[in-house]
Amino acid sequence: MATAAAAAHGGAADRPMPDYVEGPIRAFAVITLFWGIVGFLVGVVIAAQLAWPLLNLDLEWTTFGRLRPLHTSAVIFAFGGNALLGTSLYIVQRTCRARLFGGEEMGWFLFWGYQFFIVSAALGYVLGVTQGKEYAEPEWFVDLFLTVLWVIYLVAYVGTIMKREEPHIYVANWFFLAFIITVAMLHIGNNISLPVSIGSTWSYAAPPGVQGAMIQWWYGHNAVGFFLTAGFLGMMYYFIPKQAERPVYSYRLSIVHFWSLIFLYIWAGPHHLHYTALPDWAQTLGMVFSVMLWMPSWGGMINGIMTLSGAWDKLRTNPGLRFSVTAVAFYGMSTFEGPVMSIRAVNGLSHYTDWTIGHVHSGALGWNGLVTFGALYWLIPTLWGRRGMWSTKLMSWHFWLATIGIVLYITAMWVSGIMQGLMWRAYDELGFLQYSFIETVAAMHPYYVIRMLGGVLYLAGACLMAWNVWKTITESEAEEPVRAAAPAGARAVPAE
Amino acid sequence: MLKNFTHGTIERNVILLAVLSLITVSIGGLAQIVPLFTVESTIERVQGVRPYTPLELMGRNIYVREGCYVCHSQMVRPFRDEAERYGHYSLAAESMYDHPFQWGSKRTGPDLARVGGRYSDDWHAAHLRDPRALVPGSVMPPYAFLDRPLDYRNIEQHLRALRALGVPYTDEMVANARADLEAQARPDRDAAGFQSRYARARQAAFDGNPAVVTEMDALVAYLQMLGTLVDFRDVTPAQLRQQ
Repeated sequence: MATAAAAAHGGAADRPMPDYVEGPIRAFAVITLFWGIVGFLVGVVIAAQLAWPLLNLDLEWTTFGRLRPLHTSAVIFAFGGNALLGTSLYIVQRTCRARLFGGEEMGWFLFWGYQFFIVSAALGYVLGVTQGKEYAEPEWFVDLFLTVLWVIYLVAYVGTIMKREEPHIYVANWFFLAFIITVAMLHIGNNISLPVSIGSTWSYAAPPGVQGAMIQWWYGHNAVGFFLTAGFLGMMYYFIPKQAERPVYSYRLSIVHFWSLIFLYIWAGPHHLHYTALPDWAQTLGMVFSVMLWMPSWGGMINGIMTLSGAWDKLRTNPGLRFSVTAVAFYGMSTFEGPVMSIRAVNGLSHYTDWTIGHVHSGALGWNGLVTFGALYWLIPTLWGRRGMWSTKLMSWHFWLATIGIVLYITAMWVSGIMQGLMWRAYDELGFLQYSFIETVAAMHPYYVIRMLGGVLYLAGACLMAWNVWKTITESEAEEPVRAAAPAGARAVPAE
Repeated sequence: MLKNFTHGTIERNVILLAVLSLITVSIGGLAQIVPLFTVESTIERVQGVRPYTPLELMGRNIYVREGCYVCHSQMVRPFRDEAERYGHYSLAAESMYDHPFQWGSKRTGPDLARVGGRYSDDWHAAHLRDPRALVPGSVMPPYAFLDRPLDYRNIEQHLRALRALGVPYTDEMVANARADLEAQARPDRDAAGFQSRYARARQAAFDGNPAVVTEMDALVAYLQMLGTLVDFRDVTPAQLRQQ
């Protein structure tokens, strides 16, 4: 049982390394950071719009309604998506000891194809071409393009695994594979629509009202579950062992974690529809499975954090690892908060308020953002053959700016969300509603300003990172030509 | 065979791993989605819900285009405070012709599921042009640019596409789509045919200018019908029961 990657590792060091595809992965690493900064910047702008509505600028292309999808897509699909494509293609080659199926050309095709998807979706949002479904805004022709691209990605991924030299498929690849397959299923399932005509950018979603709502949140919650969780767990299962130079804490826990997580996540969607016109039986299923989901989520967190057993001191000296581990801690926090918010009684208060926005950002900024930064701080020196990042001090600055930014953001949203929820349901002594809606909007103002400041800090940290990456690539000292063999942990260390 | 089956078997076979993963992730979705299409009582059995008029439909498309759903919900929950603030809780039947649904997930602004008829047409047009002129403290963007002609050249195709998806537009409705759209926005037009096709639809110069059919006309016409189709005085508890 314990032999998964152990056998895989034995003797691997003797054989020559295959000619891994790295050019497109370098491009993915850099573009991830670029889109990250774009996404954070648009986030800061729309946060400021909520505090000072004049910033909508009186232009149709810059209203909150059009920029908000730009922000969410830029961070989820552009920043997160490029991070996932890049790291998955890096990891699958190393852990399989096989060159990417389709070679350099495949890598570049996926890279440019994915950037084309992002730019065409983003242009559509600004111009008002949208399907009007959260996190699934791209219109039908962009969706079709992405479907084709995604199938090719799947072929490249599975093709690489099939020609592997390692007998076992490493755990990170299970998660990436589930991510690719499930996102394909969700994307197709939620985007079935009928264009008004073949030349029209407008289409009508196939399922109506309540069925459409259920399908949308089956998709929406599992964009979180598979895009932002399963895929990123794949990253965690590779980069934390690499950075800590320790094997994954428990192989058995990896197995339980994987199957229970992917089975339970899919059921959680209806917790977005509590107290709506969705029938009660579906709401109850969504709540029960969301609460159960807490367990595999924390199983994964424990597996990630406990990988540091015997290597905790590295947190002091390796800021990159600090990012990855703090990310897992945020993952643990938001995967506890999520089940709590999925309980109907709690959701009655939290739904429709900023509490949800805060919850999403503790996951997105804390987990997805920090784990990506941690991975990039490891990948960039490796890919460019440097000894390390140009400045460790800047990495530490980035870490603290990002962490304080997140804390400001989520605490502001907790306060404003809970306050707004309570104000909506407050009664005066005569039994009338105590607050008009606009009074609750006015009460949000200071928290919206604090939230924006949190975003500015997070953005500033990412800008420091960009500077550090630039210096690493252009000025940093090159490593010895022959890289020392990676210290081989006893077992379940990703092969390289 | 099963006796020798360990997780190692799956770890060595990528096709097996992929197929088992796909099965694992399919179950939940199938269990939750399929019954919503097959259990009839999912949609409450109330009277009055009709397809959108061509003008309301174009207004709804503007609502979607501008991303109004990112700040406004259209789903009143069955709470005392929401009943007092917004009205009767929303029914699945009330969005049965919505492609896509626009229930929303955030209330930066108030719920709009029952905003129809609460304010005058003039109020809506003025508020959309400059929200803070009417509601100081509002954080809504201004939508003065909606005072431009509405593009409804292919309105018949819109109705046909929706009919293909199950919205009960008749041949007559499709054939008269353009005339109906213009008649609703121009009080000077004869609206007898229009009103016979769309019950309780209102004819008005929604943006204050009857000469041109604008995007503002369409959006206000849509907002003004939201939540008005079901007359809750006639509804019995049995009709509202969902399985």
